[in-house]
Amino acid sequence: MKIGIPKEIHHGEMRVATTPEAAAQIIKLGFSISIESGAGLGANISDEAYKEAGVEIVADTQTLWKQSDIIMKVRAPELNLSLSLEETELLSPGATLISFIWPAQNEDLLNKLAAKGVTVLAMDSVPRMSRAQKLDALSSMANIAGYRAIVEAAQHFGRFFTGQITAAGKIPPAKVLVIGAGVAGLAAIGTAKGMGAIVRSFDTRPEVKEQIESMDAEFLMLDFKEEGAGAGGYAKTMSKEFIDAEMALFAEQAKEVDIIVTTALIPGRPAPKLITAEMVASMKAGSVIVDLAAEQGGNCELTEKDQVVVKHDVTIIGYTNLPSRLANQSSQLYATNLRHLLTELSPEKNGLLNINFDDEVIRGTTVIKEGAITWPAPPPKLSAAPAQQAAQASTEVVAEPKKSFLPPVVQQLLPIVIAGLVLFGIGAVAPESFMTHFTVFVLACFVGYQVIWNVSHSLHTPLMSVTNAISSIIVIGAVVQVSTANNTVTILAGSAILLASINIFGGFLVTRRMLEMFRK
Amino acid sequence: MSHSLVTMSYIVAAILFILSLSGLSNQESARKGNYYGMLGMAIAIIATTLSASVTVYSVLIAAIAIGGLIGAKAALKVEMTQMPELVAIMHSLVGLAAVLVGYANFMDSSISITGVEKTIHEVEIYIGILIGAVTFSGSVIAFGKLSEKINGKPLLLPGRHWLNLALLFAVIGLGAMFLQQTEAGGEAIIPLAIMTAIAVLFGIHMVMAIGGADMPVVISMLNSYSGWAAAATGFMLSNDLLIVTGALVGSSGAILSYIMCRAMNRHFLSVIAGGFGTSSGGEAAAIEGEVQPIEAEEVAKLLQDSKNIMIIPGYGMAVAQAQHTVNEITKLLRDKGKKVRFGIHPVAGRMPGHMNVLLAEAKVPYDIVFEMDEINEDFGNVDVSIVIGANDIVNPSALNDPNSPIAGMPVLECWKGETTIVLKRSMASGYAGVGNPLFVLDNTRMLFGDANTTMQAVLKALKG
Repeated sequence: MKIGIPKEIHHGEMRVATTPEAAAQIIKLGFSISIESGAGLGANISDEAYKEAGVEIVADTQTLWKQSDIIMKVRAPELNLSLSLEETELLSPGATLISFIWPAQNEDLLNKLAAKGVTVLAMDSVPRMSRAQKLDALSSMANIAGYRAIVEAAQHFGRFFTGQITAAGKIPPAKVLVIGAGVAGLAAIGTAKGMGAIVRSFDTRPEVKEQIESMDAEFLMLDFKEEGAGAGGYAKTMSKEFIDAEMALFAEQAKEVDIIVTTALIPGRPAPKLITAEMVASMKAGSVIVDLAAEQGGNCELTEKDQVVVKHDVTIIGYTNLPSRLANQSSQLYATNLRHLLTELSPEKNGLLNINFDDEVIRGTTVIKEGAITWPAPPPKLSAAPAQQAAQASTEVVAEPKKSFLPPVVQQLLPIVIAGLVLFGIGAVAPESFMTHFTVFVLACFVGYQVIWNVSHSLHTPLMSVTNAISSIIVIGAVVQVSTANNTVTILAGSAILLASINIFGGFLVTRRMLEMFRK
Repeated sequence: MSHSLVTMSYIVAAILFILSLSGLSNQESARKGNYYGMLGMAIAIIATTLSASVTVYSVLIAAIAIGGLIGAKAALKVEMTQMPELVAIMHSLVGLAAVLVGYANFMDSSISITGVEKTIHEVEIYIGILIGAVTFSGSVIAFGKLSEKINGKPLLLPGRHWLNLALLFAVIGLGAMFLQQTEAGGEAIIPLAIMTAIAVLFGIHMVMAIGGADMPVVISMLNSYSGWAAAATGFMLSNDLLIVTGALVGSSGAILSYIMCRAMNRHFLSVIAGGFGTSSGGEAAAIEGEVQPIEAEEVAKLLQDSKNIMIIPGYGMAVAQAQHTVNEITKLLRDKGKKVRFGIHPVAGRMPGHMNVLLAEAKVPYDIVFEMDEINEDFGNVDVSIVIGANDIVNPSALNDPNSPIAGMPVLECWKGETTIVLKRSMASGYAGVGNPLFVLDNTRMLFGDANTTMQAVLKALKG
């Protein structure tokens, strides 16, 4: 099937849905790819680079849309101003569209697409399961947004992040508060930490405490018991009491920290207002707030979408296109996510799509199938945080000790007693001549015991082959018998010599061969 | 050569053998040790040949020449991956030789002793032949299983423990009969022959019941038996050199078996009694989840981006003969300044130390090859672990699932590293028939295919 990658038309969108590396892999799956000329320029990828990977370059937008069975985009379809045409109109009937859709917020778009009779897979609806992680574009974009949030903050912040003591005086480290420790939050924590700041973080879900602490940041504890994990590992709306306690904590922190990064989102709802105008006013002059929830209305009351504003001497950054500001990186990750999705969709690697609704991942991602709206999908069974299950499993691990009929003291003493009795028995009946041999035998066993424990583990195979060779010392027994007058005995002894010599020569030589190979 | 001189040569030979074994404590002294062993053997044989008891040389020399030729040829031709088979078949030769020497001694009428000494001598013959026969047949079956001429699955006859017990009683009963008949001056060859047949059957039955994953234990156990057979022959012939050597080899094999059993957290008796994984109480937890495949090019990329790499070889590497490719990859990565190490589980492969020999053959320097205990703590710092054709030795359920058949067995904890890549032919379970939750972990990627082919693809991608 033919895949088409149009140029993104959304204002300020620099990303592109595939990269030459990903395209080469997709072609291996049996698809053919065309790309609109200049689609990759925003992400610093030239048409030539695509051409080298085997991608066809199409100059005309309409041709590209028309000829493609599958359209892969970043942004949801919208009005193409230069053509004065809705992108949904450009889709050929029966085609498949893969992009971000945000079906909860864009009901009109969903209906329009359904009316066209197309199939739509929404990259924002990938279920949160461990298996689906490789195609979770939200996570890969959030990771970039978190990184970029700190970079933006650093640009607007008038001081170092790291503390230093210089000849010109002492510089205190910047204090960063990250609210919401999802993928974006954790990425922000890691970046800020890497730049040397003191990082604190808060999240309503207590299970992320460990993740925050693993990034070497401080987890702000709230003296309040309420479970904040909702379905699918996302946060949920909390009770009023909890929010009051939370707001008190933020008000207190706002006076102290220099930079606040907010990432609090609840799926399908406007972003919760966490930073009030009073809190902003209480912050030190020159502080920075980066609001990653600006798209959904913002976590800060004073945030203005897509703008950088300065209020009460605090810079508030409300960019909604942070991944696009790192276009090459985010295109790479998004393209890889799409490639993984195509791999799932085309298990036979024959270049055909198989929208298999028995597959939980594909079911969840598909929002329209051949004109029928299939959104929302039933919730995935596997939660990203099965805390209780894990606790149960760990208690099961404690194995019961095996029971035995004999008390342990008897068990320990028994072999010694038996060995003593056997030795006593032998000593009582055996003649003198046997005892001298027996002495030699027991001593030799002890020597063997002492020597073998020192043998290096890596030389166990040579040890076996050399002991094999020397146990053929049994040949001596045959040699002393071979000269008797009895023919049967001679034949028996002769055969024994033959067998043992195979062993002697074989054993020593193969050991030598092996030992020669052990080199530093 | 006088009797005292022969005895003196035997003492020298015995000392040389001890030096030979103690030389194996490290790689440098091991080569010298092997020459000590050869020297000891030569001294012992020459001294015996020159002693008063040997008068006819033709048969002796012919037998040594033919045997030596066969042995040398086999030793120079054998592939390193076939070492377990070679060792097994050599054990069987020692066993058979012990049986033959026992019979020869029994038929030799020139020995004149009486009373208790005679009884003890007969008992020694009986025991020597018994151990020899068990070693012989057991080793032949082990050889068959290792060379895949016989199915590696354990053969579990109903009531096999009772069968073994019955055979044991039969052997004791026959022993009593044998002694009675010889006391009476009779020939007594019939009980001896029946006992030999029973011992052969016992050896076959014992090894047939043992599964492929337990082979390292079996091989070292048979190694031990071949030593005890030599020691028993020494008692029979009143020859101290045989006793000393037999005891050395016997205890060496016993210690190896013990080390192998401990590495699998199994009781020696339960291995010998056979039947892997049949005794555990509850059902082992089923493995749920989906594996995440990876391509060779991605593996190469992953390796290029990592600093600390651990390679865990298993029997699959031996089967695919991938050790040379692995060494080339290792060299390439080390040239790029990456830290590459090998982690060897004691029971990886089909005999003790099997992996070390294969890596040595491929010229992997031995100072980057580590034992499990040396590196297991270190997996937290490892960026990428590559598991090549191993399964049970990297199975996390050994540690956290008390119902798993391999519960309690120490394993290489590769899942604690950043990423684990598992090379595997297909999704079949390991020799122990146990599912492996490692394969479905989030940080595990599966590279399917023949280990050598996939490793070569990785090598190509690393170069290109």
